[in-house]
Amino acid sequence: MWTRDTLTTLALAVVAILAPIGSVAQAQDKGKPSKADIIAKGEYLARAGDCIACHTAPEGKLFAGGRAMPTPFGTLYTSNITPDPDTGIGKWTADDFHKMMHTGRSPDGGLLYPAMPFGSYTKVTREDNDAIFAYLTSIPPVKQPNRPHDLRFPYNNRSLILGWRTLFFREGEFRPDANQSAEWNRGAYLVEGLGHCGMCHTPINALGGSSESEAFQGGLIPMQNWYAPSLTSNKEAGLGDWSLKDIADLLRTGISNRGTVYGPMAEVVYNSLQYLTDEDIRAMAVYLKSIGQGSPPEPPSSAVPTTESSLLLSLGKTVYDNQCASCHGAQGQGKPPHYPPLAGNQSIQMASAVNPIRMVLNGGYPPGTFGNPLPHGMPPFAQSLSDNEVAAVVTYIRAAWGNRGTPVTAAQANELRSAPLN
Amino acid sequence: MPHRFSLLGLFASTALGLLVFTTAFSKPTLAQTQDQAPDTPAARVLACAPCHGAQGQGTSDPYFPRLAGKPAGYLFNQLIAFRDGRRRYPPMNYLLEFQPDDSLKHMAEYFAEQRPPLPEQGVPTVSKEVLAHGETLVTQGAADRGIPACSSCHGVHFTGMDPGIPGLLGLRAKYISAQLGAWRYGTRTANAPDCMQLVAGHLTEEDVNAIAAYLSSRPAPQDPSPAKKGSYALPFACGSQPN
Repeated sequence: MWTRDTLTTLALAVVAILAPIGSVAQAQDKGKPSKADIIAKGEYLARAGDCIACHTAPEGKLFAGGRAMPTPFGTLYTSNITPDPDTGIGKWTADDFHKMMHTGRSPDGGLLYPAMPFGSYTKVTREDNDAIFAYLTSIPPVKQPNRPHDLRFPYNNRSLILGWRTLFFREGEFRPDANQSAEWNRGAYLVEGLGHCGMCHTPINALGGSSESEAFQGGLIPMQNWYAPSLTSNKEAGLGDWSLKDIADLLRTGISNRGTVYGPMAEVVYNSLQYLTDEDIRAMAVYLKSIGQGSPPEPPSSAVPTTESSLLLSLGKTVYDNQCASCHGAQGQGKPPHYPPLAGNQSIQMASAVNPIRMVLNGGYPPGTFGNPLPHGMPPFAQSLSDNEVAAVVTYIRAAWGNRGTPVTAAQANELRSAPLN
Repeated sequence: MPHRFSLLGLFASTALGLLVFTTAFSKPTLAQTQDQAPDTPAARVLACAPCHGAQGQGTSDPYFPRLAGKPAGYLFNQLIAFRDGRRRYPPMNYLLEFQPDDSLKHMAEYFAEQRPPLPEQGVPTVSKEVLAHGETLVTQGAADRGIPACSSCHGVHFTGMDPGIPGLLGLRAKYISAQLGAWRYGTRTANAPDCMQLVAGHLTEEDVNAIAAYLSSRPAPQDPSPAKKGSYALPFACGSQPN
């Protein structure tokens, strides 16, 4: 049962891990954590929430905001969340901060744009919000006025957010499932709350909303042209048949014996997940493994004529043997964890072929992490392979060695040459 | 007896050999029975090879620069600038976005240590007059226009100087003029004082073409390694080469 007591115990456990031994002893003496312990806990939770990824601009000051967030409706600029009284959140109270996280409203009652993941943060406990607020008020204040958003008409009308909220926002703190273990509940709390995984891994519709009934079913990330795979279907990134160790390795180090993170997920590991404790990563793994059940219907049969696809396959094998096999192996077995296996790799066979095409075109480095500080990178092939060759090799790896993906066309490969890179 | 002894000896030495063999080769495969990726800097920078060459020697595309033998500090500064978006080239920005400093430092050190042969020097496609103008600017500068000689910072043999001043050898004219153009227009910048931006700001388009033509036709010196730090005094302060 997820009671206040278990919460407190968990909170204390986190503090105990983070705080120097002396201060823990002190905290236990007083029966309540010291200010320094709360700030340390808040810093950890801010990592779990990946606040830094959006609220710090490239080469900018920590948490001073100003990062451009392109959306289908225009460009948003993130806000200054340093404790500067005029341009940051220096005049906010802990109540204001909790209200913002919980309801998506700023202290003056204004509605936040849902690029701020308050739909997930609403699940965060008051105690955790207080710790994050204590941390944010402890960092150096930066005087940097917020840059006005640059949204197209009619999206520049904030009252439209009301409609969005009615359709897509469900306010409410995380409710533990009494039938599950404390570890599972901790994982669910992190994944659904601060981790805000659903922001990408739930399909986003034309209104910019994500539907609760389709939670974690995957979708194309707007503006970035990466496909965020389903976390519930084992045919995509569902982790139901992964070992807990492989899931934990992937989340914390960016590499594993089953696959490697890339694209937007590399950012999440780099800025957030690598900093989490073994216990929290394991809890997330336990939860993610549990929701990876069942499979959607078979992917639609190929739109590519059979004669064309057999030509693609034979060209694809030639390209593969010349360009890919030295690292990924003649049988797609890879050299894990640094050269991921392609045989049986879900991320290659998904109905959407966007990610494997982009990996072939753009290559990529896994994030450099504490667990994998000097990563091995995959070369880009955009310059050396034609659209036809890219389509052929992606078709081949989607169909060889028992993989069950559908063929892709040269037009699909060509279209992704102009996808934004960062 | 001697016969048996030698057999025993053969057996013993074979067993010892096997032991050494298995110890030497089983270490990396203890945890894994599968093949492992080579744990070498060369394997980690394979992602750079299609554009820059496996040893950083450059490729046939004139816009992708040679990296081999440039000072590690210079390469590191560029990797940081690409990672943080100060220097814009989306394929580079994308690849480096989530690399910590230490990973970038290892990449820089790898390419700084490489010494593949320099390419055949380019045959200038410009007139003698343009080439002569380039030579004057590169070797003497133009004091009346505030332009120092390239060689005053990049060295008389254009090998650069540790840790932050790049060599200019093995670069094609197109790359040199594109970069000088980027400095002139302010799309390429470096840490203040941004000496290259100051210098390039005084150059005309004709100057840029002449400099690019002359520099890309320089022969390889005997030792292409960068000069040691402090080998010569710079004409002015430079943020990339702190004293």
